[in-house]
Order: sequence, then C-alpha cells, then structure tokens
Amino acid sequence: MRHHKLALCKEHYLEWIPAQTARFIKKYWMFGPDERVLVAVSGGKDSLSLWDILWRLGYQVDGLYLGLGIDGEAGYSTESHRLTEKFAIERGLKLHVVDIQQEYGASIPMLAEKSRRGQGRPCSVCGVAKRHEMNRIARDFGYDVLATGHNLDDEVAVLFANSLAWSVDLLRRQEPVLHESDGLARKVKPLCRFYEKEMAAYALLRGIEYIYEECPFAIGSTSIYYKEMLNRLESDRPGAKLAYYVKFLESKKNGMFSPPTSQEFILTPCPQCGQPTSADGLCSFCKIVRKT
Amino acid sequence: MVKLILRNQEYEIRPGVTLLAALKKIGLLPEAVLAVRAGEMILEDEILQDGDVVKLVAVISGG
Ligand SMILES: [Zn+2]
Repeated sequence: MRHHKLALCKEHYLEWIPAQTARFIKKYWMFGPDERVLVAVSGGKDSLSLWDILWRLGYQVDGLYLGLGIDGEAGYSTESHRLTEKFAIERGLKLHVVDIQQEYGASIPMLAEKSRRGQGRPCSVCGVAKRHEMNRIARDFGYDVLATGHNLDDEVAVLFANSLAWSVDLLRRQEPVLHESDGLARKVKPLCRFYEKEMAAYALLRGIEYIYEECPFAIGSTSIYYKEMLNRLESDRPGAKLAYYVKFLESKKNGMFSPPTSQEFILTPCPQCGQPTSADGLCSFCKIVRKT
Repeated sequence: MVKLILRNQEYEIRPGVTLLAALKKIGLLPEAVLAVRAGEMILEDEILQDGDVVKLVAVISGG
C-alpha cells in the first residue's frame, strides 16, 4: 500500500509501530525513560494503542480516563469506561478515573447547556474540561508529561482548519511537544506522524478492544468533514497529508509564524483552582463550572 | 458475488476485482476503512473472490 506500512506482515507491523513511536519520541525530544508519563485515554483506538505502545517500550506510563457523562442510547461513556478499565486490568496498568459529574456536580452536556460556549455542541466545553482535568491530575500526582493519542489525520485536520482561518496563535502552538510552563505539564503527541488508518490497523492487529461507536456529538462535526476532504486529496495524491504536516513543522522551524517581537502572554494563577490563565480572575473551566 | 459490510450497510459487487476497485465502486475512500476477510486484514491490491465476505472497519473518528 503506497504510503502506509500495512503491507508488512502482522508480526513486523506490530514491531514497526512501537519502533517508529520510539523514534518520534526521541526526534522531537518528548520525554526520557526516567520521566513519568500520564496518557489521556478515551477508550478509542488511538489512546489505547498509545498506552499499549508506551508500556511495551518500557516507559513509566499510567492512564487517565475522564468520565464525561455522555450517554444516550449507545451508552458512549459507560462503554468506553468499561473498555478502558478492561485494558488496564489485562495489562496490570494504573488507571486514574475522574468522573466530571461526581467531581463538579454536572456532566459535560449539563455544563455545556449552561455555558455560552455550548451553542448546540458541548465539544468546546468538553475540550476546556479535558485540558483542565488532565493538567490537574498531572500536577497533583507529579507526572512530568501528558501524552495524548492524536494521530496524523487529527493534526492535519486541525492544521487545515487553522490555515483556513489563519489563526496564527493556534498555528504557533500546534507542535508535537508543548513545553511545560509554570503550573502546566509538558504535552506530547507521540502518534502525530501515523496515519489514522495505520493506528486502526495497529489496534486491530494487536487485538485491542476499543470503542468503535463515535461520540454522539462528533457526528457531523467540522473535524470529520475536514478529514474526509483531506482523505479525498490523499486518494488522488498519496502522501499529501504527511507532506502538509511535516512541511508545516519545518517551515515553523525556519521562522515562519515566529512573532516579530517576543510578546509573552502574562499568565496568572486562577484564584479557584490555581492553574495558570491569561484571563483576569477565574480560568475558563472554573467560569463554566461556576454557572451551574 | 462478494459482500462488503460497513456497520449495518451491505454492498454486493462482482468478484474478480481488487479491493481498491471495489471500494471505489461503492463510493468509499480507501483511506477511511480497513478491510477484514475471514478474520485477516487484507490490502487494497487483494483480488476479491466469489463468496468472499469482507468486513469494513471505519477508521475515522472525530476528535
Ligand atoms: Zn480555575
């Protein structure tokens, strides 16, 4: 297969993915063997595969599952929680579980309803809550690094959205590694160079049981629309997605998007939770929670 | 005939074509699915035989 390594036999494919991951971890200076890594796991193919790979590579890695309270017919949260627990138990891995409703008195859909950010989809509120809780657990339990399962297709869809809007600040921050700053853990994306199809193949061949159903709120989302569009491009021009992303990272290294003068954001600690925020007063998560 | 199954959708196509051709025929992007036949993953250049049942696994998720 042209730009994937799927043509490798199963055995070699299952060796190739972790070996490449180890290469990217070193290439982008993500973390070392002495550091403690917290993987954010959703029960999906990417995050469970990432946890599996880092564990096989011998890193010190624990998991964090956030109970979002997104249920409805398919029982999305309940099922993804079950699969994540099962995965951790089978491998004897440590899993932190935070249930948003138990912790803050309202689930993600409930928080979104109260917030101006909601507007139909809770995805924006969900993103704020995830970032906040990942940082909180990383800080409280002394993890050096937060790892997420973003794959190449995820990164390229975000890159495309940010290029369309020329969101220079967001483009600047889109990196395989975001370095720690006062009170915020380092964030890394070890799978950012793998096609989504390659990650699905890894989960399938490794026999990882993951949640196949989509989050009900992601159906019809802009990011899925961009992914489909970019896959059309990839079908006509194999390698286009990887080139788009890699050349973007290179251009930034060569000075594109670098600020004309160094203008640092001034961050102050949120009076409620202590996490750094650029806002006056409460951070965006604490503002959302206060409304309920 | 060859049967292709994606979630609860079923497609039938004539045997003797590659998986890639079959996917194009039913309007699916090869980039967006994995194909499994008799428990084994198959690649785009695989020729589909009469009686094959191919399970397609969607790989795209929103995030
Ligand atoms: Zn706060």
